[in-house]
Amino acid sequence: MAQISIRNVRKSYAKQEVVHGVDLEVATGEFIVILGPSGCGKSTLLRMIAGLESVTSGDITIDNRVVNDLEPHQRGCAMVFQNYALYPHMTVAENIGYALKVAGLPKVDRLARVQAVATSVGLTEFLERRPGQLSGGQRQRVAMARAIIREPKVFLFDEPLSNLDAKLRVQMRHEIRRIHNHIHATSVFVTHDQQEGMTLADRLVVMNKGVIEQVGTPEEIYHRPASVYVGGFIGSPAMNFLSGQISAQDSAVVLANGAKIPLPVPLAAAHDGQFTQIGLRPEELALVPAGKGAFDAAFEFAEELGAARLYHFQFEDLMLTVLSADKPAVEKGKPMGIRIGAGAVHLFAADTGKRLSAKVGSRERELV
Amino acid sequence: MRRAYFKNNWIAALMVTPQLIVVFTFFYFPASQAMYWAFTLEQPWGGGNTWVGLDNFRAILSDDLYWSSVWLSIVFALGSTALAVGMALILAIFVDRQLAGYKAYKIGMIWPYAIAAPAVGLAFRFIFSPGAGIMMFVNQVFPDLWNPVENGTQAMAMVILAGAWKQVAYNFIFFLAGLQSIPRSLIEAGAMDGARTLRRMRDIQLPLLAPTFFFVLVINITDSFTDSFGIIDTMTAGGPSRATNLMVYKIFNDGFQGLDYSGAAAQSIILMGLVIALTFVQFRYIERKVHYT
Ligand SMILES: Nc1ncnc2c1ncn2[C@@H]1O[C@H](COP(=O)(O)OP(=O)(O)OP(=O)(O)O)[C@@H](O)[C@H]1O
Ligand SMILES: [Mg+2]
Repeated sequence: MAQISIRNVRKSYAKQEVVHGVDLEVATGEFIVILGPSGCGKSTLLRMIAGLESVTSGDITIDNRVVNDLEPHQRGCAMVFQNYALYPHMTVAENIGYALKVAGLPKVDRLARVQAVATSVGLTEFLERRPGQLSGGQRQRVAMARAIIREPKVFLFDEPLSNLDAKLRVQMRHEIRRIHNHIHATSVFVTHDQQEGMTLADRLVVMNKGVIEQVGTPEEIYHRPASVYVGGFIGSPAMNFLSGQISAQDSAVVLANGAKIPLPVPLAAAHDGQFTQIGLRPEELALVPAGKGAFDAAFEFAEELGAARLYHFQFEDLMLTVLSADKPAVEKGKPMGIRIGAGAVHLFAADTGKRLSAKVGSRERELV
Repeated sequence: MRRAYFKNNWIAALMVTPQLIVVFTFFYFPASQAMYWAFTLEQPWGGGNTWVGLDNFRAILSDDLYWSSVWLSIVFALGSTALAVGMALILAIFVDRQLAGYKAYKIGMIWPYAIAAPAVGLAFRFIFSPGAGIMMFVNQVFPDLWNPVENGTQAMAMVILAGAWKQVAYNFIFFLAGLQSIPRSLIEAGAMDGARTLRRMRDIQLPLLAPTFFFVLVINITDSFTDSFGIIDTMTAGGPSRATNLMVYKIFNDGFQGLDYSGAAAQSIILMGLVIALTFVQFRYIERKVHYT
């Protein structure tokens, strides 16, 4: 169990900087998920914590000790790799026990610990097999066991579930959470799968292009995305974006075609005249007869999801998606009214992409 | 695997013919001649050969000189292989660890293998000549320390060194390729597990290199039986007093200097059998050796 601080950490390969000054505090026992698209630098950040990659500038501390120049094993971190990285020439038991063997633990103690850990992840029957003779899920467990046995202060995961099929992935997700609740090691988990991130995280870190876009609980990030990027990245189906201008007089944001989406007075007042990107989540929109909603849009097609359906509309030159559980009568090309739920409007500055709130600066008093 | 099929068999035949001609003229024809000589004996006053069955082989196998050449060949094979494999492994590990500029180094390293054995022999003959080159200075400081022309052990050490030097490059390429095909994440997992460089090498890299290691080992031993000819011929000509008279050189000596065609042919059949056996071991046991997935 340990607390991790990352202070203005940068990483360059040759002349190219790929991590541009990251600050992050991870509390003891916390489960942090770093979420971001491919190539955004999540693995690089994780590997810098692990000690597998040097830090170009900035500091990483674990329990208030700067670890920048420590060897990986001196940092008390264990890591689960994406491709598991099991030693192919060793049996499962040898794989799990390797760290203890290197540490010079006597064989009897080692076997006992291997046995105990193998039992906890359900691997007892496979101890004598080689990794090549295991299924993907079993290999995943071996990788977990190999990390657990070291009783690390910090658990690092680099997309450990991405090679598994959808069902197994969910199952292993639960397993990882269960193990975390049991041993409470500080965990940093990297993924590009937002569902995985949302479900596992105590706090979520959304990264993009080598910077952190937002840090918060999954709920905060879903309900109050700090930027257009986070809004669009988190949530499935993805958020709709429209452009408009805020009018304090109308207490609304006015779209290009004159339609008005009402806003709370303080929010509109704080940003009068500002050009804005309006984020609307498909699940917070509702379908009503034409003319009854905030604006009308022409129906294009629907997708069946089982419990609900996705309705796709043409609005101006954009596509708009609405998630609805009831079955309104729609017809291709015919307009439908789109109703916007109370408090469902996310406003972002058109130029910076940052979230607009009622009061800028100092302590935010968010009314939307 | 995809295969190309030729609709027209004539084209296919045309394409394989040059290869077949080469193989027949330079392998099957001489081999069959050697067979013929090995089982026959030329009559003393001419008049063709007479069939003698296994007599030629019996004569060789009861000849102490032959057994001494077998023993010397084994010493040469083990010595040069151990040296070449060991050196190549060390070099490959160094290059694998710091990749900067390794490509240029790799190209530089392969050159010795491209040099013909007699050229290697000539170069080393100069290097090790007691009266010239580096060893001359050694001899000036310690008189008579180095004289492979008279000292059989030194002569053997010298040809082993030359043979190994030529082989190192080839082995190096295989070892480097083998080391680099070990996923980096395995090494990193080892580092996370607390193993330092040498420990990781011992527990992870070397075991995973085992298939490459055995492959290289057999190739080296096989090569040392046949490819040593050029080196021996230029450096020692089998001497001093037969101290470096390896099997392959003895064949040449008996056949072309001693004009004992039948004896030489029988020896070359035995050597061929040995090489075939080693190649068989290679295919049968090493190719099939567990490849970890
Ligand atoms: N060894 C390296 N040398 C040069 N550039 C690198 C190296 N490793 C990573 N990069 C670059 O750094 C950036 C971040 O890579 P990183 O592996 O951290 O991405 P990621 O967020 O983990 O992506 P993914 O989800 O695909 O794993 C990428 O643009 C990548 O090309
Ligand atoms: Mg990655």
